[in-house]
Amino acid sequence: MMHQPSLDELRILSPTGVCGSGFSEQSLETGLSMLPHFIGCDAGSTDPGPEYLGSGATAFPVEAITRDLGLMLSGARRLGIPLLIGSAGTGGGDIQLDLVRGILLEVAKKQGLSFNLAVIHSEQDKDFLIEKLRQGRITPLEPAPPFDEEVIQRSAHIVGMMGAEPFIRALEGGADVVLAGRASDTAIFASVPLMHGFSPGLAWHAAKILECGAAAVVNRKSPDCMFVWLRRDHFLVAAPDPDLRCTPQSIASHSLYENADPFRLIECSGTLDLSAAQYVAVDDRTVKVSGSLFEHAKRYTVKLEGAELSGFQSILIGSVRDPLIIGQIDDWMARLKMRIAARVKMVFGDTLVGRWNLGVRIYGKNGTMGELEPVQEIRSHELCLVFEMTAPTQKIAHSLAGIVRHQALHLPIPEWSGLITAVALPYNALDRGPIYRFNMNQVLEPSDPFEMFPMELIRVGAQPEQGKAS
Amino acid sequence: MTRLASLARLIRSKNAGPFVLTFDIMFDDPQTYQRVRDSGVLNRDTVASLYSIAPAKVQFFYCDHALAVKASIPRPIIQGDVGDSDGHGGQQYAPLMDIEIP
Repeated sequence: MMHQPSLDELRILSPTGVCGSGFSEQSLETGLSMLPHFIGCDAGSTDPGPEYLGSGATAFPVEAITRDLGLMLSGARRLGIPLLIGSAGTGGGDIQLDLVRGILLEVAKKQGLSFNLAVIHSEQDKDFLIEKLRQGRITPLEPAPPFDEEVIQRSAHIVGMMGAEPFIRALEGGADVVLAGRASDTAIFASVPLMHGFSPGLAWHAAKILECGAAAVVNRKSPDCMFVWLRRDHFLVAAPDPDLRCTPQSIASHSLYENADPFRLIECSGTLDLSAAQYVAVDDRTVKVSGSLFEHAKRYTVKLEGAELSGFQSILIGSVRDPLIIGQIDDWMARLKMRIAARVKMVFGDTLVGRWNLGVRIYGKNGTMGELEPVQEIRSHELCLVFEMTAPTQKIAHSLAGIVRHQALHLPIPEWSGLITAVALPYNALDRGPIYRFNMNQVLEPSDPFEMFPMELIRVGAQPEQGKAS
Repeated sequence: MTRLASLARLIRSKNAGPFVLTFDIMFDDPQTYQRVRDSGVLNRDTVASLYSIAPAKVQFFYCDHALAVKASIPRPIIQGDVGDSDGHGGQQYAPLMDIEIP
């Protein structure tokens, strides 16, 4: 780790936007040749949906995570610089953190590497959260679903989104590699700059660009590396691949991506304010950024993310080609729903009241936008119907799908007399297994930035490395 | 009058976390961006009306450096919840394409 009291320039390499999404090995080598002081990589998100935090699965395949992690680790150890990974395994829960830790140790063994590893947990204990809720230290963001002790109890997993401080503590504790559970994407990259006293506004702004890899270039081809030269009063940003170009507009535009407010980005310790940021082209592929500000918050807050089981689902996909049925699809569907409800009551009696749900999507009508669809007239000669049955168990969901299938197949219309088959089914019901929902958008005010994020320091490999300070 | 879709470089929608849907309308050159911005046709109320939501719930921004107009709304259904049809929120922008700009 660097111990220079006044570093004038801090160089940062981000290999890609998500560990497991890939990058060019050539770009990584080019990035490494530019002598970064550290490598950072985000490894998770809520974007793939609630099932990952809920179930503990990863959105990117284990093989893809192994490939990316192996190359990053090899590069970082070759240069003797820290590697920081945040939001391990998509959701950052303990199951996912353990999985990625296993991958990391496997890769290290294969490469014969030894280093100090810090593993930082972000999964939250339910009793701890209930205590904080009772103390009034959990408050909602806007918009937030209803929140109480029962929501905490019902959750499959709850994580806190850590700030930069736990990363800094790990590095100060001698870690060469930091593997963190759920972390603010930007905290991964802001940590080292803040340790070295760089302007928080510039540090967090550079971090915001770096966390997405090469997403902020004009001509994105596929996920790839990004590089920042952070200085005391500005930073430069460019992609290591010489074919990728950053322009003032592309860098300024990046603060719009997946953000509600493009000028104010909220972190645990405060708000990044980009309203006075300036973007200037240095050459045809490098941009100079200055003027980014950071307002320190009065209270330090950690965002909570939770997922709970909504039930089990079976789905049935079918289509309608008969223009007579298409012409009365709303009426036909309303009649079908009534028939299904009656049949469910006949089969299950009162045992399922209020515990099952039938959702229908009509593609070709409003499948994508639902009630917000402004186009009312159906312009298609065929419709795709997707029926979703949600129930307390997979077995019940599957049984419901059997009822829906039979009722939908033969629901009559007045124009035809005799038994019709109204829906084309390419296959019978498909079981989706457990499904989850995001159930909180709250922040917690901890006693300190570390309280929610216990750290383990582990020696990987045999001997401590000598003389590796960079 | 010109359709917004033929003036913009990119119109997109995306999640901003599981609870918020955000729209970016981006332009290639300052003249086109300024034409749209100064037309007054694309504003908080336009977005509110297209997405059947109270104007007070719409966050709305002109981003001069990015040559972009941006709006964010609470998601009609939480990402991935039963009934959500668009997990990434990526196909919710189509109604914006038809806004006529003088």
